Order: sequence, then structure tokens, then C-alpha cells
Amino acid sequence: MMVKKYEFLKHTGDLKFRAYSSSVKGMFENCALAISSVLSRGKKIKSLIKKEISVSGNDYESLLYSFIDELIYLFDAEGFIVSKAELEIEDGKLKGIVYGDDSTNYKDLDAIKAPTYAEMYVKNKGKKWECQVVLDV
Amino acid sequence: MKMKEKIVNLKKINDFTWEIPKENGMNVPGRIFASEALLEKIKNDFTFEQVKNVAKLPGIVGYSLAMSDAHQGYGMCVGGVAAFDIKKGIISPGAVGYDINCGVRLLSTNLTKKEFMLKRNVLMKEIYKSVPSGVGKKSEFKIEYKEISNIIKEGISWAISKGYGNEEDRLFCENEGKISGADYKKISQKALGRGMNQLGTLGAGNHFLEVQEVEEIYDESAAKLLGIEKGKVAIMIHSGSRGIGHQVASDYIKKMEDEYGYKHLPDRELAYAPIDSSLGKDYLSAMAGAANFGFTNRHIIMCKLRESFKKFFPKSELKLVYDIAHNIAKFEKHSVNGKKIEVLVHRKGATRSFGPESEEIPVKYRSIGTPIFIPGSMGTSSYVLVGTKKAQELSLGSTAHGAGRIMSRSEASKTISSKELKNELDKKDIVLESGSLSGAVDEAPKAYKDVEEVVRVSHELGIGKMVAKLKPLGVVKG
Repeated sequence: MMVKKYEFLKHTGDLKFRAYSSSVKGMFENCALAISSVLSRGKKIKSLIKKEISVSGNDYESLLYSFIDELIYLFDAEGFIVSKAELEIEDGKLKGIVYGDDSTNYKDLDAIKAPTYAEMYVKNKGKKWECQVVLDV
Repeated sequence: MKMKEKIVNLKKINDFTWEIPKENGMNVPGRIFASEALLEKIKNDFTFEQVKNVAKLPGIVGYSLAMSDAHQGYGMCVGGVAAFDIKKGIISPGAVGYDINCGVRLLSTNLTKKEFMLKRNVLMKEIYKSVPSGVGKKSEFKIEYKEISNIIKEGISWAISKGYGNEEDRLFCENEGKISGADYKKISQKALGRGMNQLGTLGAGNHFLEVQEVEEIYDESAAKLLGIEKGKVAIMIHSGSRGIGHQVASDYIKKMEDEYGYKHLPDRELAYAPIDSSLGKDYLSAMAGAANFGFTNRHIIMCKLRESFKKFFPKSELKLVYDIAHNIAKFEKHSVNGKKIEVLVHRKGATRSFGPESEEIPVKYRSIGTPIFIPGSMGTSSYVLVGTKKAQELSLGSTAHGAGRIMSRSEASKTISSKELKNELDKKDIVLESGSLSGAVDEAPKAYKDVEEVVRVSHELGIGKMVAKLKPLGVVKG
């Protein structure tokens, strides 16, 4: 059985999703997939461009907030749409590579205004990590 | 939902006012302005919980309010209004919203519906071409770094000095299109980077531009003063400060959390700083800058529209009726417990509604109150109202801002087909220009509350007075 990497939940005004993995870094990487699927409206994005990424935070929640914030910035200011991420997370720092493509190569994309802390959590459930994010769209 | 169980004693004050009594940590009670029908819909999400959370913030005075179009937001609900004592109170970016100075600009024209309809299709295509909308569409403006600092500081005066629009336009914009105290140095490079290529763009989501027919007039004298005439064409622009405002909000939420922590917050999204702290002042300065970018953005879009109309109607005149924000924090004087005090009012998805004689209303409109625009959802009518003194007594000088969502975007895209949307618009004879039909479906009329009911509540409660109804003829959506 395929393990669910992320899923979208019901939310009136905005978009809410949960991401899952056996590790924190895997969960963050799956968040990048969720963001990719929002921006692309479910289309497959090619991994033609590589970008180094580095953000920090006081806890996993603020790290997640900053990570998504960076992905939105890359999309909005640099026209880069993410396809996937390979990350390392240590001592409140996230470092790694995000893959993606020039957003002008795709039609019918979606925008995200910002990540939010609303209903956000990062939880360790035994062998599993789970997080929830509401995006302002 | 668990929130439903928590609300046990919603107190009915009158047909349109409901109170959440003070409890656990709330500094003031909550109040929701809604009809029973709208209340039923508001109950379905976390709006009440968010009204209560805002009531827990330090220095809040009066009530934590929600307008009739309220729905769950992040931190504060959309449709939320709260005022804070300027000495003991706080400023919270989450209670202003990510889209700082999201707002509405209305233009009147000298064209009749009949004239416009002759060229509707070609003109709508022209507008769609000249006003970039949707995701990733860049503005034709290549702004230099120096220019963006001037836009942030000067607002629409910058645009007028560059030959966009005229001095008269400035008079009919809230704050004359410039909130003072803005400083680009308080805005991050990241935020500036997001704004650089977005000036004069509509954006995506619920932002739109609509050509409308003035279908009905409810208040002849106010309509006349506003230059709104039955049968004539009007144009509504709904957009905001684009990426700049979004980034300012997230930057300062993080900064405030770093400075003051978050463990004490009822909701982490409600990070705040004292109004008179240096961080609080920095945010207010950055917010003013983003707001000025928002005013300028709508102003440039208006200028593009003037050009587009001139191509097909050389004698057309598009006059700015008014431009007003519905996501903003403002210093105002209000009576609280019988005493007039200075407060910082946060309006997130709510429109200022000041009655006649207020000095903050352009001289020409001072006898009628703040012009207020309440857009419907795509395909439904929009309304023009004017502010009232009663709103200043009851709702911190505020009223609703739009129809308000009832259906999530994902739910809308699952349950409404693009064909169904197209049929509905065809039936109503509305032309839609959109780069993304799936994006348009997210914003389909069915996903929103009934705007007529929202406006009726404002009118009957007296926190806004109906002036005119505008019916859509052509829509541009991102």
C-alpha cells in the first residue's frame, strides 16, 4: 500500500493540508510536494532547476512557516515553481535543495499569499511525524 | 465541530446582534452582526472561536466584533473588527490580514449600458490584455529600487507625478492614497522583491475587475453626489498590495514572535507587539508602506482601464468615485463606555463606515458618509452604501466587506464544474475573461454567502445605508 505523503482537508476560506512521514525531514519534503500541488493545481512540475535553500526557526512550527514562506517567495519574486525538495534539518536549521521549473512554462497555476500559524502543528506520533498547515490563498 | 459545543450561551441582543458573553480570559464580550440565516452559516466554522481569541488580546476595548459576512480566517476571522487602547493595547499583523490594504475602487462612467454592450466582447478582451491578472503575470512596469521606495512613501501621489491619473483622483481616495509614516526601510528586501514586478496587476484568488450596470438606486441624493446614475456603466476593482503586503505580514508575525514569544497567545497567528513599542511602530510603518503600494496598484489598474475604454469609446470618461481599504489598522476616535478615546482599530475584511460630517471623508461626500463598496461574488450584484453615525456607535465605524465564503475552494472545485459556472454566467448574460477556469470555479457564486442578505443586515441594523445596486456585465478574474 502506498503511504500517504500529504492530504488536503476542509477549510472555508483557505487551504488546509497535513503531511506525513517517518522522519521530520521527510515530512518537510512532503510539505514541499503539497505546496507544489497547490501552485500547479495538481499538474506535474519538472525538476529542471535546482536551488539551494536555507531557513531557520525557533521550533519545528516556525521552521515550517519559514520554509513555506521561502517557497512562496521563490514563486512570486523569482518565477520558480517547486517540484520536490531534498532537505536536512538540524538544530532548528533547515538546509537543502529544492527542485522545480520556471513557472512561465505552465498554464493555469494557483497563488499562495502566505503560510499561517492558524491550526498549525508538528507532532511526533511514535514512529510517524505529522504536521498540519493552513495556507492563505 | 467542537466549537459548536463550546458556544452554549450566544445571547440575542436584537434581530441582527448576537453576543458572546465574557468568559475564560476574554477581556471584552464578542458581538456578531448577522441575521438568523447568516448566523447559521457562520456557526459552521471556527468564526466564534476566533472572535473569542481576539477578545483575549491585551488592551482590547468595547467588543470583539464580527460583521455579517464573517467566516473563519487565520487568527482573526475575516469580517473581524477590534479596537485597542493606544497606551495599553497592541497591534497584530494577523488581525490586519496578509493582504494589507486589500480594497475596492469604484469608477463611474458617462457610458450607458446600451453603448457599452455594443462593444462589450472586444473591450473585455482588451481589458484582460492590458491589466495583467492571474498567477505569475508580470507587470509591464520595471520599477527601479529607488522608485519602489517612493511608491511606498508617497502612494498614489507617486503615480500622479509620473503622469498616471490626476490631482482630482487623489481627493477621492481614502487618505488621499497615502498613509503617512511609511518607510521602505521597515520593509524587507524579500517583500520589496515580491512587489517589484507586480505593480498594476490584479492578482488571483478572489480579486477581480468588473464592468457593471447601475441597476437600482435606493438613495437618489447620495447616488447623485457620488456620480452614480441608473442605467450607466460603473467599474469595480478589487485588489490589494499583492506580494508586498503578504510578505510584510509574515515577516512581522515572525519578528513579533521572536521578540515577545508565542506561548501566551490564544492563537499563534495572533502574534502582537504593543502599539507604542519600537517593533509595533515598525510594523505600522511597514503596513502603511504596503497600503500605499495597494492604493497605487488599484490606481494604475484604473489608468489602464481609462486607456482601454478610450480605444473603443474616445469620449468615455472614467471618474474615480472612491477607493477604500478593507484590510487595515487605523488610529481613530471612538466612544467606549461613554468616553471618547483614541484607539487603533483593526479591520480585517471589514469596511470603514463613518457617518456624515466626519473629517476623514472627502469634502464632496462629507454630507453623506463614507462611500462603502460591497462586492458580491462573481455573477451576483454588488452594492454601494454610505457610512452612518450608528455604525460609529455600534460597530466601531465598520460594516461588511463582501459576500463571505461558505464553501472551501477545494469543495467548490469538487462540486461545481466549469461548464456549470459558464452556463450560469451565460444565463445571466455576463462575460467572463479569465486565464484559469478552474480558478474561476473556486470563486463561483455558490461558494459565497448571499450578498443581498449581508447588505440587508448592514442596512436594517443601520451600520451602512444602501445607495445603489450594481449588476455585473463583464468580469476579469485572475
